[in-house]
Amino acid sequence: MDKETLIKVRDLSVTYQTRIGPVSAVDHVDFDVYEGEILGLVGESGCGKSTLGKALLRMIDPPGEISNGQIIFSGEDIMQYDDKQMRDFRGRKSSMIFQDPMTSLNPVQRVDQHLIETIQVHEKDVSSTSALEIATKMIKRLGIGEDRMISYPHQLSGGMRQRVMTGIGLILNANLIVADEATTSLDVIVEAKLADQLREIRDEFGISLLMITHNIALVAEMADRIAVMYAGHMVEIGDIFDVFENPMHPYTKGLLESVPNIRFNASEELYKMPGEPPNLTRPPEGCRFHPRCPKAMPICSRIEPSMIEVEPARFIHCWLY
Amino acid sequence: MDEDIKNNEVILKLENIKKYFPVQKSLIDQIFAGKIEYVRAVDDVSITIKRGEAFGLAGESGSGKTTIGRLAIGLEELTEGKANFDGMDLGTLSPEELRKLRRRMQVIFQDPMASLNPRMSLGNTVMQGLKIHYPEKADKHRDMVLTMFEKVGLTPPLFYYNKYPHQISGGQRQRVVIARALITQPDLVLADEPVAMADVSVRALLLDLMLHLKDEFDLTYLFITHDLATAKYICDRIGILYLGKLAEVSTVKEVYQHPLHPYTRALLAAVPVPDPKKRRTEPMPKGEIPNPIDPPSGCRFHPRCPIARPDCSEIEPQLRELRPGHFVACRYA
Repeated sequence: MDKETLIKVRDLSVTYQTRIGPVSAVDHVDFDVYEGEILGLVGESGCGKSTLGKALLRMIDPPGEISNGQIIFSGEDIMQYDDKQMRDFRGRKSSMIFQDPMTSLNPVQRVDQHLIETIQVHEKDVSSTSALEIATKMIKRLGIGEDRMISYPHQLSGGMRQRVMTGIGLILNANLIVADEATTSLDVIVEAKLADQLREIRDEFGISLLMITHNIALVAEMADRIAVMYAGHMVEIGDIFDVFENPMHPYTKGLLESVPNIRFNASEELYKMPGEPPNLTRPPEGCRFHPRCPKAMPICSRIEPSMIEVEPARFIHCWLY
Repeated sequence: MDEDIKNNEVILKLENIKKYFPVQKSLIDQIFAGKIEYVRAVDDVSITIKRGEAFGLAGESGSGKTTIGRLAIGLEELTEGKANFDGMDLGTLSPEELRKLRRRMQVIFQDPMASLNPRMSLGNTVMQGLKIHYPEKADKHRDMVLTMFEKVGLTPPLFYYNKYPHQISGGQRQRVVIARALITQPDLVLADEPVAMADVSVRALLLDLMLHLKDEFDLTYLFITHDLATAKYICDRIGILYLGKLAEVSTVKEVYQHPLHPYTRALLAAVPVPDPKKRRTEPMPKGEIPNPIDPPSGCRFHPRCPIARPDCSEIEPQLRELRPGHFVACRYA
């Protein structure tokens, strides 16, 4: 990969304090996000993918906290930022789109007010007229009619609301957009259109998109690289074509083979992975996947493997390699 | 009576069913607007399901798939048309007769946490159906529940018997819901998005379980889903709905390999394929699903259709058999 690195995440852990003790939802994770790439971050419920996405913007609320690690964004460790710098970072350099736009948009604010407010909070000297101009341009760019500027969120369809959210994220020329299940509540045709649009936006604005989703087929459709999480650990990272061609971690392999495929020439049998993801209050010792792993060895239940680069730009967290 | 109902092949026959829901409006609007508006959730749909078949109903939000399911088992009253279950017209049954008939038609809903009583033990939850429909076998209820737990993969059954919904995982909860549906020995199971909440690895197990149980208990499934990829693994035939109307019906293989309705084509193309080498290139239809209160005239898909002709906005297409067993509601397919 000759791409520039936008974010370097090193040894990042997020811990939640619970009554039964600390739970590490994200456990010593290392990965990079390159400039201008779409990185798909996948895993099942509770694997820590959303927590990791929020941690990148330092948006973990108590009782959770980032307990360890560095987040280097364009050369600066944002863990050292104070609140004011962080506020500036969120909005100007990074932004997040969530699953349910109805709960992220203010129900009593119009579309134009959302966008203008976003601009003026960060750029105090921009006049309302020029902010409106910028906002209108963005809304049109996203394929929403200008007449929708005065609509309230409830008057928009789900797909439109999500495009407004995207617009708010883009309006200050952020470098990074974290999309957490952004297309999940949408119907499949609307989802496909939003996916097309996110891809175009990436091409046009050169942003990096971290796409957090449980929808592995959608990642295959959109992403340049894929990162797979299991029970708080990053287990595999690689180029999208390489990983789908030859998944190396047994969890990735099982996961990819259990995804339903609409094509009839695909395998007719889904892989049935035994067991269910573990409860993170009492994670298995060693490799957290070993109780469900078809290739588990004695060492797997004792010692946690470390993340190694088995091929250029291909990282695996498994004792097999 | 129909030939096929008599010879016992058909278990469910929906004939020209309609369901209109009145739109709630303020009193002032009602007085001044003069007439009540209706959401035409299901608008003249006919479906015949054979015994032992897994029939899928697929469509986007607001297509009417859930309403059709509820109409099919008498959970909702028809505005028009007939719903016929195993030779009985549901519309003519008394509430008491319908209650008895429910033993033979059970439901699995999407969210097991919402459909299980958090304060009732799993054993007791599954036993409720037995208490209602088989009161004479009271001494055997416990054993029947334990056997059913085993069948749905809740093993060891005694371990789960006294547990509560919050103590088990989401996948296990859905197994309890399946056990509760099957304990009354139904003929027809309405499964409304039964695996939509489950993670991929758990989903494959649940689908496999449902297929397995269908054979073991000779079930007929009415499988409602927005996920065409999942439907492929469980359904024999599938009906594609758009705005309360059937666009296309045939076997899953036929519909997926030879989609004829422009809407079905778009829907199938929109489903992402888990293979980065097969990325979609087809453009998506313009616009969004229109408001079902005032659906487009003629063919409801015409404003978004890539092959629409002028008369599509005037003439409503009827289902035609364009290939053997393959019905399409499009005049230019």
